[in-house]
Amino acid sequence: MDIQDLATDIPSQGEHAVEGIEFITSGEQYLTFLLASEQYAVDILCVEEIRSWERPTKIPNSPSYIKGVINMRGIIVPIVDLRVKFNIGEASYHETTVVIVLTYQAEETSRTIGFVVDAVSDVLNVEATEIKNSPSFGGSVQPQYVEGLINVGKSVVTLLNVENLQQVEQHALNH
Amino acid sequence: MSVDLSQFIPSFLEESFEGLELMESSLLNLQPGDHESIHSIFRAAHSIKGGAGTFGFDSVTEFTHLVETLLDEMRDGRRDVDPKDVEILLAAVDCMRLLIEAARDEEDYDQDKVAQTTKQLEQTLAVNSDDNSTIPAASENAEQTPAMAKYNIHFVPEHNLAKTGNDPLFLFSALAELGELTIKAVTSELPALTDIDPQELYLSWNLILTTEATIEEIQEIFEWVEDECELKITQIDNDKVTNDSDKTTHKDVSNEELKQTDIPTIATTSQSSDNNAEQANVTSGGVSKEQAAKPKTKAKAEVGSIRVGVDKVDNLINLVGELVITQSMLSELGNDFQMDKIERLTNGLEQLLQNTKELQESVMRIRMLPISFAFNRFPRLVHDLAIKTGKAMELVIKGEQTELDKTVMEQIGDPLVHLVRNAVDHGIESAEVRLANGKPEKGTISLDAYHQGGNIVIEISDDGGGIDRQKVFAKAVEKGIVEPNATLTDSQVFDLLFEPGFSTADQVTDISGRGVGMDVVKRNIQSLGGRIQVESTAGKGSCFKVNLPLTLAILDGQLVKVGSETYIIPLISIVESLQVDNELVNRVSGDMALYRLRDENVPILPIYQMFGLKTEYTSINNALLVVVEADGQKVGLMVDNLLAQQQVVIKSLKENYQQVIGISGATILGDGSVAMILDIPGMIQMALTHAQNKRHNTPHNKTSLENTVIGEYS
Repeated sequence: MDIQDLATDIPSQGEHAVEGIEFITSGEQYLTFLLASEQYAVDILCVEEIRSWERPTKIPNSPSYIKGVINMRGIIVPIVDLRVKFNIGEASYHETTVVIVLTYQAEETSRTIGFVVDAVSDVLNVEATEIKNSPSFGGSVQPQYVEGLINVGKSVVTLLNVENLQQVEQHALNH
Repeated sequence: MSVDLSQFIPSFLEESFEGLELMESSLLNLQPGDHESIHSIFRAAHSIKGGAGTFGFDSVTEFTHLVETLLDEMRDGRRDVDPKDVEILLAAVDCMRLLIEAARDEEDYDQDKVAQTTKQLEQTLAVNSDDNSTIPAASENAEQTPAMAKYNIHFVPEHNLAKTGNDPLFLFSALAELGELTIKAVTSELPALTDIDPQELYLSWNLILTTEATIEEIQEIFEWVEDECELKITQIDNDKVTNDSDKTTHKDVSNEELKQTDIPTIATTSQSSDNNAEQANVTSGGVSKEQAAKPKTKAKAEVGSIRVGVDKVDNLINLVGELVITQSMLSELGNDFQMDKIERLTNGLEQLLQNTKELQESVMRIRMLPISFAFNRFPRLVHDLAIKTGKAMELVIKGEQTELDKTVMEQIGDPLVHLVRNAVDHGIESAEVRLANGKPEKGTISLDAYHQGGNIVIEISDDGGGIDRQKVFAKAVEKGIVEPNATLTDSQVFDLLFEPGFSTADQVTDISGRGVGMDVVKRNIQSLGGRIQVESTAGKGSCFKVNLPLTLAILDGQLVKVGSETYIIPLISIVESLQVDNELVNRVSGDMALYRLRDENVPILPIYQMFGLKTEYTSINNALLVVVEADGQKVGLMVDNLLAQQQVVIKSLKENYQQVIGISGATILGDGSVAMILDIPGMIQMALTHAQNKRHNTPHNKTSLENTVIGEYS
């Protein structure tokens, strides 16, 4: 049975299966989340886990968007508040505030950083061709963090560059 | 059948390096007439040769063969153990190491050095074999014209030959295949019947073999028993050159064998050394090139295996067993828990705590090695340095069984070498000076290691001239490190030695001018979380004390509270903790708060200010001070509260974040929260930079300055 048959066979088994299979068979997957009212997305393969907000331990004399570090099963993970970093909305912390922990695997090293966002919303399936370049009209998000834009219905999702996001504290001194 | 031999190479290398170490230490302690040592050196060389042959490391095999021949002459008593020969053998050991390392890394080796040592070995061998110089020709003849020759083989096996699975009968039948064999047994050694151990071999044999075979072929038959017997093969054919009537000059066939196989090799290597004569000039003077090449190869060597005693592993298994029992006990308790079982739960948890602690200690102990691993290289080093400097000295090593974490050990090696070199070069005086000062002619350098409250202390002391306080001070003034009119305590003066670019030696010598300086030594030790102190008495000698944590992974810490944050201060840097007596606080030179601690003035650093925290305890009055020391500088860290003292596991911040000034790492506390570990030298540096910026803070450059302050702190 080749892949074509597989794709046509399974939907017939029920409506619920259709959705799931569609996700797996077409394109890349992205996790979208909200910063204030704007939608952002990251490559879902980089997502380590989604945690609820807990008060981190402060790092002395760190930039304001570095909230500190937490203990994630024995690993020390720094927490970056993207709302502060990108200057979007209001950095308030309550029960629904979530932290998306991303791991980026470079050639030899891997870094794990948690990002504070207002809410996690959805998983998107996007073909590479659907990702459009971002016009550089200068929002408050530095261009090196933006991979591109994705149109979803009538709204636009900003796709973030995880590799550069993981170096976020090293860019700190340059700004 | 083909076996992939390469899988055995790592163990061959490991064994070879161990063998080399054994050779080196035995050579250094070699006394004339010490046959046991010579035997063990020979055995080590022999197994290296054998292994290298198996794996096709020809350069190693060829070179080691020469060494083995020389050793063999010593072993048989044909050559006296001459200090000069020992030197050559030591150099040969270096070459073998070089060759094996080259073979391991598949790189080129320092051919000049090897060629030079080969030549020396060759010359040494030639001196003794003057009287049998005709032998090579003889056996060559034998080889070229395979005529019938007659050999007398005198075969005296060791008594335990049969126990090692060898049977003389097989040897003889193999010999008989080569030609006509007459066997005569010598029974003179045979003890009385009642004393005979049936497993021992008491006989020896005189064999006469008439054969076309060469002497090498005969030798080959005895190859497996070579080490366990005395073997004499002489040619007694009349037509051929030699005679067997005189002495035992050429009883060792391997000697002749060597003549043939090795001469071409030597020729080629010396040729190549001619080709790069320039290089030869550079290296002929000393070991500088080898030294330069070392760090590169060492990095590879560090990623290695670790040998753990079976007792440690057994202990670990026992502990894990206990842990499993405790775990099942607890989970059973948890399945059906009622409040009346609370006592059992408490007991169980206590047991778990005990198990965990013991397990932790045992696991740590696996990484612990006796410090003799680091000390081993010093006898050789001091020996070489003594020859180079012409000073007489001996090395005393104590406490070599003291155990230390493997990582710490690997990193402490080079600083120790530097300190020992310094002791030899700057510490020990020449024999004349020593005698004139009423000291024994021979200087003493001692290395001592011992445990002291969770730390290991390594002392490097000499009974030399001590550190010249005046000279150090003058040099420091010259370099602009201190003001000419500053008054410094002895320890402050000695600490100047660790300033970058500081050397009191009038001229940089070959020994101490090379490589790392004392500032690097200090930095290395500090990066291991240790510290170094100097004590010195003029005319009596100096003592460098290196204080190191037992392991890098765990640290004894004092938990302190500042605002809402908990910090950990390494216990090793804490001098004392006290409550501020308001009368002893002085504000001097522009609002710098000093605390009078006995006769010292200690600057007060409020942590909340340095780290920008909010706390209600901002007043110095009656505050809690933790007096810490780093780089000889004491400071009082102002904290809100002192909490418990406990061991913490160090976690790196760099892994997912970056280095933070003033913080050496993080740890996870019992409640799962993260706490920062303070980096005391870093905090002092931070305060100094801050103060400097403050001083330069004049109105016209204020804005740019604020940026730099933030830069420094963030």
